[in-house]
Amino acid sequence: MTMPYYVAPEQVMKDRAEYAQKGIARGRSLIAATYDVGILMVAENPSRSLHKISEIYDRIAFAGVGKYNEFDQLRVSGVRHADTKGYAYSREDVDARSLANLYAQYLGQVFTHEMKPLEVEILVAELGTELRPAQLYHIAYEGTIIDEDRYAVLGGETESIAARVESSWEEGWSLAAALGATVAALAGPERTLSSHDLEVAVLASGNGRRAFRRMTGSELDELLG
Amino acid sequence: MVASAGGSPAVGVAEFRHGTTVVALRFADGIVMAGDRRATEGHAIAHRAMEKVFPADRFSAVAIAGAAGPAVEMVRLFQTQLEHYEKVEGVVLSLEGKANQLGQMVREHLPMAMQGLAVVPLFAGFDLARGTGRIFTYDVTGGHYEETEHNATGSGGRDARTTIKLGYRVGMGQDEAVELAIQALYEAADEDSATGGPDLVRGIYPLVATVTAEGYATVPEEAVAASFADLIERRRSEGRPS
Repeated sequence: MTMPYYVAPEQVMKDRAEYAQKGIARGRSLIAATYDVGILMVAENPSRSLHKISEIYDRIAFAGVGKYNEFDQLRVSGVRHADTKGYAYSREDVDARSLANLYAQYLGQVFTHEMKPLEVEILVAELGTELRPAQLYHIAYEGTIIDEDRYAVLGGETESIAARVESSWEEGWSLAAALGATVAALAGPERTLSSHDLEVAVLASGNGRRAFRRMTGSELDELLG
Repeated sequence: MVASAGGSPAVGVAEFRHGTTVVALRFADGIVMAGDRRATEGHAIAHRAMEKVFPADRFSAVAIAGAAGPAVEMVRLFQTQLEHYEKVEGVVLSLEGKANQLGQMVREHLPMAMQGLAVVPLFAGFDLARGTGRIFTYDVTGGHYEETEHNATGSGGRDARTTIKLGYRVGMGQDEAVELAIQALYEAADEDSATGGPDLVRGIYPLVATVTAEGYATVPEEAVAASFADLIERRRSEGRPS
């Protein structure tokens, strides 16, 4: 008779976490940072069509790093959730907090109950209003949710990148200043990144109802200086 | 009162039909769409400031005629669907695709239409691929037909169409097109009890919108008011009161 293997739950969780972390660290990183009139999101992404950053709702954006098919599936279900909620109730009832909680629950569920955890780290960003500041919900592969109000770094080598953002941080800086600093933080001291290596988008309060806007081509080049 | 098809009680229901005039016409750089503001329940005026022209998305507009409740709901769902598609797919639907989508929604509404709660939209937008404005009209079965130049729907549609027909020129400018749409609504309101004219007392004027390569824009209310004032003054001074 064969005996079933006993594996300690601690070991199972550790193995899964390691597996997910490895997957996430393989990809390029992403930074979201607030600036004077909005939230800037910058990702190292050479593709023009496979986006890491996208629009969820009027004032909410989504960003993901790790396995593309996995975070894209999360993105689509987020859009569906937001649109359904906004249609059933009202547009102002759609908020990032409830969406972030939903993502956290789902990621936590998959992490503990499925064979393979999702190899993703995601961000739900919501533009602030006069009454409350901008919110950045950073959700890890196992469902941990961290709520930031200045900046968030996702992906591999987050510590060194976050240190570089922290050292150049200025409260209420302009878009150009924020972009310059975040791109430099992503690149590190040894590399320079051009507009072709970047995916940049903003949630800005001057954009009307749908605050999300991608920045590409000459507009991005000009901002990068 | 019109008896409903299945012999089911339709008391008060058939009276909801088509209390509206909405028009759309094409000009050199896009389209103009306009609609009156009156909602009726039978012979009574239910609402004086109803909006019947909506942005469907950045480059298209939809106007509604028919039962107000389901019509506004249809527009809301249509707007949600277009935006949902755009966000999920990362690209905007083609203008033809949007027109088909709306046709499907009107078709699904057919059972309600048979009970007297018909919704007949008018759809128009700027086709970014072709670089031109395009107009689509619908019937209650969801059939949709592309119009080359202009159309109008609702109970005052016939009067509006005639007015536009007489003043229309291919390749006319935006200001002229807006003027013509306003004139068409004026004539429709003059003949049709379910179409509201300019409400000078309350300051409520028909809604006029344009869609061009720059996107959807509403003509400011003051400009619409001024156009109506001009029109009325012209009629008076020319000695033709109607």
